[in-house]
Amino acid sequence: MQANEAIHRCGLCRIEMRGVSVRMEQDTLIQDVNLHAHCGQLTVLIGPNGGGKTTLLRAVLGQVPYEGKILHLDEQDKPFAQVRVGYVPQQLPFDKQMPLTVRDLLAAALTRRPVWTGVGRKARQAAENALILAQAQGLINKRLGALSGGELQRVLLALALSPAPDLLILDEPVSGVDHNGQALFLDTVNALRRQQHMAILMVSHDWTLVREYADQVALIDKTTRVVGTAEEVFDSPAFAASFPHTHGPGRSA
Amino acid sequence: MMDGLYALMDQLLPTSIFGMQFMKNALLALLLLTPLLALLGTMAVNRRMAFFSDALGHSALAGAGAGLLLGISNQTAVLIVFGVLWALLISRINRTGGASADTNISVFSSTGIALGLVLLSQGGSFARASSLLVGDVLAIGPNDLLWLAIALVGGVIAWALMYNPLLLSAVNPHLADSRGIKTRLVEDLFVCLVAVAVMLAIRWVGVLLINALLILPAAAARNLARSAPQHALFSVIISLLSGVIGLIAAYTLGSSVGAAVVLCAALFYALSLLVRRMLRIVN
Repeated sequence: MQANEAIHRCGLCRIEMRGVSVRMEQDTLIQDVNLHAHCGQLTVLIGPNGGGKTTLLRAVLGQVPYEGKILHLDEQDKPFAQVRVGYVPQQLPFDKQMPLTVRDLLAAALTRRPVWTGVGRKARQAAENALILAQAQGLINKRLGALSGGELQRVLLALALSPAPDLLILDEPVSGVDHNGQALFLDTVNALRRQQHMAILMVSHDWTLVREYADQVALIDKTTRVVGTAEEVFDSPAFAASFPHTHGPGRSA
Repeated sequence: MMDGLYALMDQLLPTSIFGMQFMKNALLALLLLTPLLALLGTMAVNRRMAFFSDALGHSALAGAGAGLLLGISNQTAVLIVFGVLWALLISRINRTGGASADTNISVFSSTGIALGLVLLSQGGSFARASSLLVGDVLAIGPNDLLWLAIALVGGVIAWALMYNPLLLSAVNPHLADSRGIKTRLVEDLFVCLVAVAVMLAIRWVGVLLINALLILPAAAARNLARSAPQHALFSVIISLLSGVIGLIAAYTLGSSVGAAVVLCAALFYALSLLVRRMLRIVN
């Protein structure tokens, strides 16, 4: 199995969630989530809406307070002091009329020279290099608000990949993107997983995509219900309980 | 130093309008004031903070009133301190919720005006309040100009340091967060910088019109620009042109300088809308 090979070869980093719970006022959003995300592996989080997938991602990103432990470990199980996390949000809401090009956005994120004074050759080069990673090099001079859904997600992926992260978090990155854009995005991510051995955590509702790309699937419904391969999860009783109206996506394709 | 500058201006400027020293001072003041406001305005417009900065300007009345009450003679210092606190307070209350942002800001806006009028009209005279409402750039002296020059340099440096993280958080705060940017901190620094720039300018431009200098050039530039550097450049150019043309127009017509400058900027805004339609600048 390619996935197992990847684990052995890299060992650079793995993300371990141990008994993670998030409470918001009286509500318990997630409770006692246990999950390992290995580098070189694409771990897909599935689960019903309101089941806590995005909450878990936000805990890993450090954007919400949580109980339990989220550890970033290297080969010798020593915690990494500085783990770089790249994050591609689900459909970024922003002001589409803003005078801002893809080049400006990347230069602002990657270089120190204030973008209002102009974008120099070095900053432009940094932006180009980042876009190449996400196969988005042709978009550099486009206005951010003029990008299609798929183009925007690739620009955000380019941003998330620069500087190279140890963990890449994708929150339904291709929902609302046309079929062609989805394939391009996921093929890019898939290639990166192999080449750069980063751990990838992705939320998805698209069972076909999950079957095609996931090394590991975790069903999150308030807590970790099942973790395994796509087939194992889709065939589990817990899956049927969480998605009572979906009939055996594991067998359908 | 000022004498040399005046002599140079006499040689360079093609018109006798700037023959009098107060006109030279006013011109220098506008050339120093408008670019910083125009730069900060680009972000105020992108972040939809036009109403916020309006409320901030209104708080100058309350600030001046507080200075009077406390018997502090350095009015600019009081205005700056009060403006910074006021701006941080509005931001804080906007974040912690309750009513919507526009309602919160409106409450602060009217409170600032009312508080200021109550304090400044003690003794039954509105003279103190009305001079602050309208402002007078023709009254500016060499010493004030020196402070404006220092403020311009300091303001532009601060702006250069905070711009990139601020731009990312203006696009989307969660995106900025995920890149390790302290979103709240940069936003707070930005409102503080706006407060300082507004309060330094307000004595010369007036409470009623200060917000126009912040918003109008940046709004007009936004109609024409497609990139962030263009936005900044166009905004500064429009603000400088408005300053110079407005001053000349005010001198010729014998009217208020601040008002003429703002009218000029409004004209540029109208033009920018026309140009945008004609060129169909969308992408």
